[in-house]
Amino acid sequence: MIRHIAAAAVILWGQTALAGNEFHIFPGESAEEQLQEALILAEPGDTIILADGVYDIRNGLSLDNPDVTIVGQGMDRSILSFKNQSGGAEGLLITAGGAILKDFAVEDTRGDAIKIKGVDGIAIVRVRAEWTNGPDENNGAYGLYPVQTRNVYIDGSVAIGASDAGIYVGQSENIIVRNSRGEYNVAGLEIENSYYADVNANELTNNTGGILIFDLPNLPQQGGHHVRVFDNKSYANNTDNFAPQGNIVGLVPRGTGMLIMANSDVEVFGNDMRDNDTVNVAIMSYVEGFEDENYNPTPRRIHIHNNVFGASGGNPDTSEFAAIITNAFGGPLPNIVWDGVMPLANFFLWGIEDGGRHSIHDNVYEANPPFGNANLITYFAARWLHKASLSMKDASETYPSLAPVSVTIRGVDVDAQTF
Amino acid sequence: MLMLRRSKALAAALALIAGPVAAEVNDAALAAPRPPANLSEIGLFDDMAAMTPNAAAVPYTISSPLFTDYALKFRFVYVPAYAEPAAYQGEDVLDLPVGSVLVKTFAYPDGAGGLHRVETRLLIHQEAGWKAWPYVWKDTQDEAVLKVAGKDLALTATRPDGSTVDVAYHVPNVNQCKGCHVRTDGEFRPIGPKIRNLNLTEDGGNQLDRLVAAGIIAELPADHGAIPATPAYSDETVALEDRARAYLDANCGHCHAPGRPADTSGLYLNWEEDREIHRGIMKPPVAAGRGSGGFAYDIVPGDPDHSILLYRLDSTDPGIMMPELGRSTIDEAGVALIRAYIEALGS
Repeated sequence: MIRHIAAAAVILWGQTALAGNEFHIFPGESAEEQLQEALILAEPGDTIILADGVYDIRNGLSLDNPDVTIVGQGMDRSILSFKNQSGGAEGLLITAGGAILKDFAVEDTRGDAIKIKGVDGIAIVRVRAEWTNGPDENNGAYGLYPVQTRNVYIDGSVAIGASDAGIYVGQSENIIVRNSRGEYNVAGLEIENSYYADVNANELTNNTGGILIFDLPNLPQQGGHHVRVFDNKSYANNTDNFAPQGNIVGLVPRGTGMLIMANSDVEVFGNDMRDNDTVNVAIMSYVEGFEDENYNPTPRRIHIHNNVFGASGGNPDTSEFAAIITNAFGGPLPNIVWDGVMPLANFFLWGIEDGGRHSIHDNVYEANPPFGNANLITYFAARWLHKASLSMKDASETYPSLAPVSVTIRGVDVDAQTF
Repeated sequence: MLMLRRSKALAAALALIAGPVAAEVNDAALAAPRPPANLSEIGLFDDMAAMTPNAAAVPYTISSPLFTDYALKFRFVYVPAYAEPAAYQGEDVLDLPVGSVLVKTFAYPDGAGGLHRVETRLLIHQEAGWKAWPYVWKDTQDEAVLKVAGKDLALTATRPDGSTVDVAYHVPNVNQCKGCHVRTDGEFRPIGPKIRNLNLTEDGGNQLDRLVAAGIIAELPADHGAIPATPAYSDETVALEDRARAYLDANCGHCHAPGRPADTSGLYLNWEEDREIHRGIMKPPVAAGRGSGGFAYDIVPGDPDHSILLYRLDSTDPGIMMPELGRSTIDEAGVALIRAYIEALGS
C-alpha cells in the first residue's frame, strides 16, 4: 500500500523519528484519492503537504489517526474546492486528536467545511473556510467547527459565508480562538455550550451578529461558563440574517455586535464594537420553550468592562426579536441591552438571584447610553406597567477577572509552540 | 459452550481425516495489522466466484437493516474454532471474541437471474480492537480487492417493485466506516449484531437458537419470551409506531444515540430511547443549518411536511440528507413509513 502511494505521490522518509513521514499531494485527477489515502495511512507525527493549487474534491475527506499535520502553502494558495461535491456531509471531518491544520483553504462545501468531533487537541492555524458565493441560505452551516472537543486552538484563520456560524466551537472545553476573522456569516464567531474559552484579537464584520456566546438545552454538554472575550473588533455586522429557518441563530438581529445567551461567567473587555445597526451587546435568556430540568435559560454573572463602544443602533433590524427590544426602549438602544428576564420568583421577590447579577463598568461609550434593562417580563405580562430602565442597578456587581485559558496540543501548551 | 467449540474443532479434524481437505480461514491474515490486498487470501469464501462461504462461517440476517441504495446484503459471521462464543446480553452489540469477523457482501440483481457483487466489508476483531476494511469486487466477480480510500461506482439498482434507479454507489473509505462505528469514547464496535436484531423467526425456528448451536452465542435465557426483539419494519402486521421506531433505529440510531457520533444534536433515535423530546418530538434543531429545511422542529406530530426528520430522509443533497452516508437515492418505502408515523402521532 505504501508503495502504491509512493507511485502516485512522493514519500520522503523523515530525517528524524520525531518528524515523521511526509505525504506530498498535488492537484490533479487523482488528487482526491491520494489525499484521502494519505489521510488514512498517515501515522502519528506524519505530515500531509498540499502543493499549490486548487483541488477538485467530490467526497467528504476524513482523518482518524492522531497527531497528523495537514499543511498547505497558504490559505489562498492550497485550496480544497468542494464546488462539485456529491457525497459527504462536510468537507473535512477529523475524529482523532492532535491534528494540526495550517495554511490551506476549504471552499464551497455542501455542509460544514471542517468539523472536528470528540477529540482532544485540534490546532487550526491560518486556515480559511469560505463559501465563495457570499451570504446564501444554501451555504453550509459552519466553517470551522470543533464539537465535543477538548483543547481547541484556532489562530489566524478566516471564515466567510457560513449560513450559521463561521467559527463555531460547541460543547467543548479549553478553547482559544484568536487573531481570526469572520465575515459575511450569520454569526461570525460562536462559542456554544462550552467551558473555558479565550476569544481574543479577532475581527468580526459584515456578519449578522459578530460574536455569540450561547447555551442551549437538551444537549450532552450544557451550562456554558467561563468565557473571556477580549481585544476583539466587532463592527458593522449589518448583513441580513440569512440562516435557514428553524435554526436558533435565525433569531440574531441584523446589526448585533455581540449576543450572550444563557451563559454564566462571561468576561468581556478591551473590545471595540461600533457601527452595528441594532445593538453593540445584547444579554439574553433562551427564548424558546424547553423541557430540560438541568438547563438554566438565564444569563448570569456577565462582566463587561474597559471596552470602547462606538455609535450603534442607527438602523435597527425589524425582525420580531429586535422589534420587541426596540419597542421596549422606545428610543435609541443603549450599548448594552439586557432582556431583564429571570426566574419569575426572583422577579417578583428580589430581582436577579444573588450571585448572578451582571457587572458593567469602565467602558467608553461614544454615543448611546451605556446600559439598559428591557424588563421584558413586564413588557409581555403587563404592558401598561412596562418601562425599560437605563439604571446601572442590575449591573453593578463586582467580580474578579477570570483566569486565562491554556490549551495543550500534543502534550505541549500552544503558547510554547510555533505553528 | 466450550464443548461446542471443541466439537466444532473435532468436526474439522474429522473432516480432515474423512475427505478432501477443507480450506481454512487464514486466521493469521485476520490478525495482521494490514489486511491482504485480495479478499480470497483470507479464505472466508471457499469459492469466490460462487460466493460460497467457508464451512466455518455462519450466515445470519438482522430484522431491520440499514437502507443502502436498495443493495441486497449477505451477512455471515466467523468465529475461530479456538475462541469462546459471545455471552448473551440483552442490550448493545454482542461481544464477539478476538479473531471473529463479520462479513457483509453488497450486491444487486445482475438482470440475468444472478447477482452482481459490489463490495464485501469486513469487520475484524483484533487484539487492539475492531478494524473495518472494504473490498471491491472485480468485474470478473471472482475476486475483490482492498480499497482503503473507498470507491465511487455508477450502478443500477432494482427497487422492490421491480423498477430500476441509477445509483451513485459509494464504497466507504476506512475512515467513513468509523464515522458510524466509532463511539464517543473512541471505541470501534459493530452495529447490527445485537440480540434484539438477531431475534427473528427463520425457516426451522428462531435464528438465535441456530447461532447458539453454531457456537456463535453462548446460551440464551430459558424464557425466550423475555429476549428483546426489534421488529422488522417491513412487516406490515407490526404496529405502525413500532415499525417506524425500528426503521429509525436501523437507519439513524447507530449515530443518533447517547454516546454515538451524532449525540451532539441531542436527537436520539435508538430503539431504547423513550424521552419524547430526544426522539425529536417538538425538538428544535441544534446545528442543522440548511438541513432544517426552514422548519422549526424535528417532528411535528400530525404534520410530516413541517418535520425536519422527514425532510432530511426525503433528500439526496449531501448537505441535507440523512443518513449522511450510504445512500444516493431515497428509500421511498421508508419515507412513506415515517410520513405515516408522524401523521399518526397527531391523532
